[in-house]
Amino acid sequence: MLTGVSVPLTLLGLLEREPSHGYDLKRDYDTFFGRGKPLPFGQVYATLGRLARDGKVIGGQAEPGDGPDRKRYAITELGASEFDDWLTQPIEPEPHLQTVLFSKVVLALMLGRPAEAYLDAQRAAHLQRMRELTKIKRTGGLMDALLADHGLFHLEADLRWIDVTSARLGALAEMVRAT
Amino acid sequence: MTSSLTQPQVHRSDGFLIEARDVYRSFGQTQALAGASLAVPRGEILALMGPSGSGKSTLLHCLAGIFPPDKGEIWFDGERLDTLSDTRRTELRRTAFGFVFQFGQLVPELTVADNIALPLLLNKQSRKSAYAAAQAWLPRLELDGLGGRRTGELSGGQAQRVALARAMVAKPKLLFADEPTGSLDTLTGELVMDLMVSTAREEGATVVLVTHDARVAAYADREVMVRDGKIINRTGAEVEVGR
Repeated sequence: MLTGVSVPLTLLGLLEREPSHGYDLKRDYDTFFGRGKPLPFGQVYATLGRLARDGKVIGGQAEPGDGPDRKRYAITELGASEFDDWLTQPIEPEPHLQTVLFSKVVLALMLGRPAEAYLDAQRAAHLQRMRELTKIKRTGGLMDALLADHGLFHLEADLRWIDVTSARLGALAEMVRAT
Repeated sequence: MTSSLTQPQVHRSDGFLIEARDVYRSFGQTQALAGASLAVPRGEILALMGPSGSGKSTLLHCLAGIFPPDKGEIWFDGERLDTLSDTRRTELRRTAFGFVFQFGQLVPELTVADNIALPLLLNKQSRKSAYAAAQAWLPRLELDGLGGRRTGELSGGQAQRVALARAMVAKPKLLFADEPTGSLDTLTGELVMDLMVSTAREEGATVVLVTHDARVAAYADREVMVRDGKIINRTGAEVEVGR
């Protein structure tokens, strides 16, 4: 599993695509976001239960068949709104955001949303933070400068990832849609 | 369109020092700029970013009047730049613009002081005042004691500081910098950027800086992305600033 990925928000994103059973959600989550560490069934259903309790998804009638839960879940307006807010807002620029950004990019491509625009917005947020750190560096003492440098180098690494991902969006979109 | 060779077009500049309006430029079959629009307020330090081949350096050269656009307009300080005569554009480049490139801009056989004084000598300033001005720039750019050294003997960082002094000595309104730290290590590059920002602010110069390096762009007040020959805003939409 990718660290830093929000399971509830990712499941909401998968449900935004189409109503799905818990089994299908787990399969898609493991394919795109599991990275060798599958999401346990128990966590899928517990998360869906909490999302249903909070009015973000709605579960249909149980359908006949094997397995612990044969309900088909659909996203509600509240859930869609929460997912949209998460997807479209840049993340607070901090180092090591690649995993969350990766999830956003894949979900955006899956849903036909403008992934490149989200990356552009994130790039702008990162550069704004880098400007702030550069100002601290130019006006502060050596300790401030070294601490600012640490942040700057990590943000720069994120930005390189954003640039490379932007350049490869076409290929990634083909892969996501073909899966 | 009326010829502007003898009568320059003048308009309300809206506080912008330089503007590109829907600029197109091709090199053979390669479309480098495809409708780029940009407006830079006076005193701003702007970074043009983008991947290799995006058109950012071509845009800088069009803004500086080095490449004429195939289509579109360039306005500088209320004057239409792209329709000016070659003579007038050359004069503007010598008097109102300063340039810092990645390398290869200094005359290696001349001394540091000669190189810095050169733009003033070309502007017919007296030798005495040109060299006095050149000397005054040495301490500002941490070049004390290097005035008599040939520039071919300098380190990369020293050479870029000389290039910066030469670009600023004629008190340009607009400084163009194209990957000015591209051949320098991190700390040397930071010193050059720090001095560039400080001197531009002190002299009230506007800066247009081309870089692919986010750490360099972070010295600017604002960045814009160039992609496929157009300016892209932070939400990814094509944008025409200042229209």
